[in-house]
Amino acid sequence: MSILQTPFLNHILPTPLVLASGIWGTTVSLLVRAASTGAGAVTAKSCGPVPRAGHVNPSCVAWEHGLINAIGLANPGADEEVGLLRQAQAELAPLGVPLIASIFAGTAAEFGDVARIVAEARPDYIEVNISCPNVSSEFGEPFAANPQSAAEVTGFVAEAVAPFAIPVIVKLAPNVPSIGRIARAVVEAGADALCAVNTMPGLLIDPESGQTILANRSGGLSGPALKPIALKAVYDARRACPEIPIIGTGGVSTGQDAIEMLMAGATAVGVGSAIYYRGGDTLSLIRDEMLAWMEAHNVPSPDEIRGLSHRETLYTSNPTGAPIPHAH
Amino acid sequence: MMEPAYATRNSQLAIRNSQFSLPQRVRILDIQTDNYRTKTFVLDASLDAYPGQFVMAWLPRFDEKPFSLVNADPVTLMITAVGPFSRLMHAKQPGDFVWLRGPFGMGYGVEGAGKRLALVGGGYGVAPLHWLARTQLGVAASVTAVIGARTGEDILYAERFAGLSSVAAVVTTEDGSRGIHGRVTDALAPLLERGEIDAICACGPHGMLAALEKLGQAHGVETQLSWEAYMRCGIGICGACEFEGKVLCMDGPVLGTTWQA
Ligand SMILES: Cc1cc2nc3c(=O)[nH]c(=O)nc-3n(C[C@H](O)[C@H](O)[C@H](O)COP(=O)(O)OP(=O)(O)OC[C@H]3O[C@@H](n4cnc5c(N)ncnc54)[C@H](O)[C@@H]3O)c2cc1C
Ligand SMILES: Cc1cc2nc3c(=O)[nH]c(=O)nc-3n(C[C@H](O)[C@H](O)[C@H](O)COP(=O)(O)O)c2cc1C
Ligand code: FES
Repeated sequence: MSILQTPFLNHILPTPLVLASGIWGTTVSLLVRAASTGAGAVTAKSCGPVPRAGHVNPSCVAWEHGLINAIGLANPGADEEVGLLRQAQAELAPLGVPLIASIFAGTAAEFGDVARIVAEARPDYIEVNISCPNVSSEFGEPFAANPQSAAEVTGFVAEAVAPFAIPVIVKLAPNVPSIGRIARAVVEAGADALCAVNTMPGLLIDPESGQTILANRSGGLSGPALKPIALKAVYDARRACPEIPIIGTGGVSTGQDAIEMLMAGATAVGVGSAIYYRGGDTLSLIRDEMLAWMEAHNVPSPDEIRGLSHRETLYTSNPTGAPIPHAH
Repeated sequence: MMEPAYATRNSQLAIRNSQFSLPQRVRILDIQTDNYRTKTFVLDASLDAYPGQFVMAWLPRFDEKPFSLVNADPVTLMITAVGPFSRLMHAKQPGDFVWLRGPFGMGYGVEGAGKRLALVGGGYGVAPLHWLARTQLGVAASVTAVIGARTGEDILYAERFAGLSSVAAVVTTEDGSRGIHGRVTDALAPLLERGEIDAICACGPHGMLAALEKLGQAHGVETQLSWEAYMRCGIGICGACEFEGKVLCMDGPVLGTTWQA
């Protein structure tokens, strides 16, 4: 029998699967639905200092190899969000599923302000979204683009939430020359954990109109196309920060994808776009497939295979079930 | 042999395939005027869809909005001019283009033959019901259409329903200017009381649907109700269309019980 329990900072997640920010996380009932169908932690939609309507439609479509979205951080604003987070926290606690609040802002100092407001709801974690690619016309280059700005934001948030003792997760962008340097910089600035990655900037053209399909022109790619990019980002972040919990997010659609993400070094595994491909039961499907894979490979727990791709050994199992590391 | 649960990505990614996942340009073939603010658009496209499903209609550099399918072959939409998008659609001529993606969502789950169905449409809610009525001809034991609106001018598709020989069509208006003076529930209640209805399929404003849900419960009759919400992705992930724990674009827009055969 294999188990999926996953130690993550101060919690033991019932499964390593984390509902990614911006997928379903707009209401309490959807967060609870994710938590009761296989998620080991759930992330709310990112909220900012003031309410935002988000971008005009089309704001999210499916293309050949994934999704592209420019929802544009539609959210009710931090003050409103506190109520939603409080209620979500109350309903999630009996399920043993931690709540991750997600925040964004226009300046580093403002990130601290939003964190302070959101902390009032006592979410289990605060994820700092420094990596949304879809609001650059208003906010400029994402803070995740370089180590200095990423660290500066992290510093403000860590300071703001220190009195509440809420651990801080920093969400990184895939489109940087060295994610390892940024990962190290935010950890040194006070991040307790990392989430890698947010969406990859992209753009689709409708040839019949000659126009971009998204009203925002560009958007962020997610889903299957993102998986190898996310695996490398997690692999690099794991090398740079061997001891830091990482939520590996991007293109995970099946149990095997999730296993691969663990092997790249992820502590937990974010799931978002897969819900488009597999429907409302996606999280429980992925959970069951992970268990089936682990049982077929005699892997007792996720700990056994985490970061495996970094080891100089192959992983296989003998007929009696015990895993045997093989030298090259 | 059974495939192991973890084995093949392709078999697991049995994609909930929409035939147009990206917007496809389609030509407007014909435009019919239904009332002072509603037109029906017949488009040069066909989709594999069933009644109650919807499409996202896009006008580039403008906006994209959901519309119920009035028919899938040829794709037909009924659009009431109430705001910027619907007005721009009304300015279109045959030969112009609109872009569609879909079909999306879960429509009416009418299963099994021999049901006595009440199809209840409020305002532009009749859009998916005429098609549903046609698919139920010769399948359902009886089809009663209850078409309601504020005034006689707002009544839609009454003639189309009247054209279906075996469908009994009842019109209600709140001002009494046409048909029964009252609401759709006033026309439906006596049928339910006489035990003449097995199931209610409805589309319309939320207040009407909530009243029908209560009425259905009170009479132990199953309901299939098409709810409306603001939609963004249309594919079940962004959470914009949440309603009572469901994402209406994926779990709905038709919510209710599926009948046992
Ligand atoms: C699943 C689904 C199916 C839909 N099917 C249809 C359909 O078959 N036909 C159709 O016309 N619309 C339908 N709609 C509504 C449609 O998507 C748009 O909301 C509508 O066209 C208004 O867009 P707009 O930009 O013109 O006006 P907006 O500025 O968005 O709306 C103007 C005002 O009118 C109200 N309103 C919206 N739609 C209507 C309406 N049809 N009648 C009266 N008031 C309205 C809005 O609440 C708002 O207050 C559907 C919506 C959903 C979610
Ligand atoms: C529709 C949509 C909305 C998103 N909104 C947010 C958001 O508000 N904050 C955030 O940090 N990430 C957001 N993301 C990014 C996801 O959390 C995730 O990092 C990304 O989609 C990759 O994972 P996936 O391939 O499993 O979807 C969004 C993604 C999508 C598809
Ligand atoms: S519009 Fe339904 S979830 Fe996005």
